[in-house]
Amino acid sequence: MNDMRYEAPDTIDGAVALLAGGRGEVRALAGGTDLLVQLRAEMIAPELVVDLKRIPELRSIAAEDGGFRVGAAVSGAELGEHPGVKALWPGVVEAVELIGSTQIQGRASLGGNLCNASPAADSVPAMIAARAVARVAGPAGTREVPVEEIAIGPGKTSLAKGEIVVSVLLPARPARSGDAYLRFIPRTEMDIAVVGAGVSLTLDESGVCSAARVALGAVAALAMLVPEAAAALVGTTLDEAALERLAAAASGACRPIDDKRGTKEYRIKVAGVLARRAALIAAERAGRS
Amino acid sequence: MPTVSMTVNGRSAAGEVEGRTLLVEFLREHLRLTGTHVGCDTSQCGACVVHVNGKSVKSCTLLAVQAEGAEVTTIEGLAQNGELHPMQAAFKEHHGLQCGFCTPGMVMSAVDLLNTNAHPSETEIRDWLEGNICRCTGYHNIVKAIQAVAQGQGG
Repeated sequence: MNDMRYEAPDTIDGAVALLAGGRGEVRALAGGTDLLVQLRAEMIAPELVVDLKRIPELRSIAAEDGGFRVGAAVSGAELGEHPGVKALWPGVVEAVELIGSTQIQGRASLGGNLCNASPAADSVPAMIAARAVARVAGPAGTREVPVEEIAIGPGKTSLAKGEIVVSVLLPARPARSGDAYLRFIPRTEMDIAVVGAGVSLTLDESGVCSAARVALGAVAALAMLVPEAAAALVGTTLDEAALERLAAAASGACRPIDDKRGTKEYRIKVAGVLARRAALIAAERAGRS
Repeated sequence: MPTVSMTVNGRSAAGEVEGRTLLVEFLREHLRLTGTHVGCDTSQCGACVVHVNGKSVKSCTLLAVQAEGAEVTTIEGLAQNGELHPMQAAFKEHHGLQCGFCTPGMVMSAVDLLNTNAHPSETEIRDWLEGNICRCTGYHNIVKAIQAVAQGQGG
């Protein structure tokens, strides 16, 4: 077993330089709730781990253009305690709060959940539904990337060597908008999603849905946007027929695997049920906003 | 090898560790504070909960070097002058344990709960303990012990 070097730079440039300059396997550490378990299980053996938690930009939540820029290493607990984010994007916050237990919430981060690239990551479908954009810093500068383009396969990201996600922008939204995230797990807490569904929508003054985004997790190799499911809602009052079409479109988009938590057939069925329930919660929140 | 220094239970503690050494390993193997248990090694069970700068953390989700300069409290640091902490006394009084393996983590989580929310409902207590697993399933008396402390009736 090699010895592992640990660095905790306090600037983005410092972190990028360390990660870009590492010769062997290098890993960025945010909350560590996935990374340290992989390290212990010897799934990874990095030569260098760069702790991002001491970089101020990665630890802050700031209002920006009517939305919020959330630092990639902000913990779930810090996000949950932020009244502004919770009021604007309750679905994203409830998704992040589903990651692990109380003590994990004190460590686990939005950026880590995104970059761990699990198809079942709870925050990702909610962020996709929210049209969130990740800011990526690297040796070649900074670029803005829709969150759905970060993961490219289970455990794999589109980030180049030396690149890190610095923050995620949860954008401004029109009046009468709401979002929601639901997941199904075999027990009530502390498990990996069998299916996750995020819905964000906007209603017009008469209660007709004018815009929607629906995203699903744990039903394919990547969390994914399902435009057909969103299309089933737009122009409707979320009546029974629209909800049936939404559920059918959500189920129809699933390409799941069988595993110990659920069969393919089961995941396909549950995806429709959760999308429908999440849409109703999002609409209820939109009506209040 | 990197060196690390922190305050553990009010005393300064320092040592040489490998980069990959977890905080729980530093506590148990370097400082011989074996009251903090390792149950699962995968950050699920909560047996290794300690307080880092006043907040409950699973000490297997932190590298020792990440705790540089931190104030760490373990189960050994709760009793003062030979007197059990009220939460420890309540666990004893209400028999909030069976085999005792999960107890250090349960007590540390429970202390943090009451620091955060002095009068939790039973549901709030059970929610808070979602990350502390008792294989004996002795949750009932654990909840009773925490309620007793919250109501000022510790041990």
